[in-house]
Amino acid sequence: MTASAAKVLLQVQDLMAWYGESQALHGAGFDVREGEVVTLVGRNGAGKTTILKSIMGLMPRVAGSIRYQGRETLALRPDQIAACGIALCPEERAIFGSLSVWENLMLPPVVAPGGFSVDEIMQLFPNLAERRDAGGTTLSGGEQQMLAIGRILRTGARLLLLDEPSEGLAPVIVQHIAQTIRQIKARGFTVLLVEQNVNFSRAISDRYCVVEMGRVICHYTRAEIESDPARLTQHLTV
Amino acid sequence: MIIFGMPLALVVSQLLLGMINGAFYATLSLGLAVIFGTLGIINFVHGALFMMGAYVSWMLLQWVGLGYWPALILSPLIVGLLAALLEKVVISRLYKLDHVYAFLLTFGVAMMIEALFRNIFGSAGRPYAVPDLLRGGVDLDFMILPLYRLWVVVASLVLCVATWYAIEKTSLGAKLRAATENAAIVQALGVNVPRLMTLTYAGGAALAAFAGVLAAPIYSVSAHMGTDVVIVVFAVVVIGGMGSIKGSVIAGFALGVIEGLTRVVYPESSSTVIFLVMAIVLLIRPRGLFGRGA
Repeated sequence: MTASAAKVLLQVQDLMAWYGESQALHGAGFDVREGEVVTLVGRNGAGKTTILKSIMGLMPRVAGSIRYQGRETLALRPDQIAACGIALCPEERAIFGSLSVWENLMLPPVVAPGGFSVDEIMQLFPNLAERRDAGGTTLSGGEQQMLAIGRILRTGARLLLLDEPSEGLAPVIVQHIAQTIRQIKARGFTVLLVEQNVNFSRAISDRYCVVEMGRVICHYTRAEIESDPARLTQHLTV
Repeated sequence: MIIFGMPLALVVSQLLLGMINGAFYATLSLGLAVIFGTLGIINFVHGALFMMGAYVSWMLLQWVGLGYWPALILSPLIVGLLAALLEKVVISRLYKLDHVYAFLLTFGVAMMIEALFRNIFGSAGRPYAVPDLLRGGVDLDFMILPLYRLWVVVASLVLCVATWYAIEKTSLGAKLRAATENAAIVQALGVNVPRLMTLTYAGGAALAAFAGVLAAPIYSVSAHMGTDVVIVVFAVVVIGGMGSIKGSVIAGFALGVIEGLTRVVYPESSSTVIFLVMAIVLLIRPRGLFGRGA
C-alpha cells in the first residue's frame, strides 16, 4: 500500500494556538496518513513544537480542528488524547529525575495492544537494560532520548510525535535513533517528526510539511526532496 | 539519677512526651508535604481535617456506637472522601492561579469548618476514652509510661514508613513523584492527573484525620484543636523543607523532642522554641533542611 492510498490518521485544519496574548499558530493545516513518517520543517519559532503540543492538548488556548481517526480531539485533556493513541516525546525529553529508568519506562499506562514489549524495547536500547535501576537523569543525553522514545513505544499509541529527537546527540547515537524510527515505521506506527537535522530527517521521512509563521506553507514528498535537496535547506536558512 | 543537674525521670518523661507531640507533628506535616509536593497548594485546611478526624471518631462512638478501632479506619476514610469532594469542587479550580488564591481559599475553608463545628458542638472539649486494650502503662521503674502514648508513637512511625513506601516504591508513587516534577508531561503520557490530584489530596487529608483519631483520647476533642497544632506543623514543614517527605517526618519527631527537652531546661520558651529553630533554619537554609533545589 502506498502512502497516498493509506487512510488519513491525523487531520489538522486551520489550527490556531496562543501563548497568553501572543498567537503562535495562524491556521496551520496538514494530514498524516497511516504508516507515514511526516516531518515538520522550518526555522526556530515557526511553530513546529507548538503544533505537536497542540495535538497533545498541551497548549493553554487553541482553535481550529484536530481529528485523529476521524475523532475531534481539540477539546480533550492531554490524558484523554493519549488514551486515543497519540504519544509525545518532547524536545526536552522530560525524563523524571526522581524516578528510576525502570519507573520512567513504566510510567505511561498502556492505552492499546500492539505496543512494544519491555523486552523489545530493551533489545532496541540495550543501554537501558543495563541502567534499569539508575536515576532517570543520571543517564547520558542519548540514553535519555532512548528512554523517552522507549517509554512511548510501550503504550501501544499508533501516532508518535517526536520533537527534535536528534538534538544535541553524537552522530553515532543519531544513527541509532534513525534506525529505531525505521523499525518503528516498519511495525506500522505513524510518526510526526519535528527535526532541524536535514540528514537525519532525509534518512527517514516520507513527506515534509514546511512551517512558517505559524502556517504550513508547502509540502514535499520524499522524491521531490531527493531530486532537489536544496528545497529543504532553503526553508531552514535565514 | 541526675543528668546535667536534672532528674533522669524528668528528662525521659519530657523526651517521651516530646516524641508523642512529634508523632502528631510528623503525621500532619507529612500530609501537608505530600499535598504541597504534588498540588503546589499550601493546605491551611489541614488543621480542620485533623479536628474532623477526631470529631468523626467521637460521632461514630456517640451516634453509631462504633469504638476506637473501627474509627481508626472509618474516620480517615470519611474525612478523605469529604476532602476529595472539596478538592474536586473548589480547590482544583485554583491550580492555574497564583498561590495566594489557594492560601486565602484554604484558610477561609478552615475557618468555616471550625466555626461550623463550634456552632454545633460548642467550644468545650469533649472527652474520648482510651480504648480498653491500651489502658494502663508500662512500669519503667522511674516512671509509668502510658501504653496509649507508646501506641501513638508506634502507629505514627508505621504510618510514616508506609507513606514513604507508597510514594517511593509503588507505581502510584512513581506517578506522584513524576507529577511533582512536571504534571503537564505526566498527563500527556496518559496519566489522569486530575484524578491523581484528588487522590493525593484525599490521602493527605486521611493522614490528618488518622492523627486526629490518635489525638482524641489524649487531647479533648474540640473545634479549635486543629488551629492549636497547625501553626506549629507549618513551622515543622518549613524547617523540614516544603514538599519533602523525609524532611517532614524527621523534623516532626525532632522538633517534638526539642520542644520536650526545652520544657525541662527552660519551660518558659517551650512554646516558642520551634519558631526559633524555624527562624534559624530559614536564615541558614531558606529551603529547609531537606528542601530540594538550590
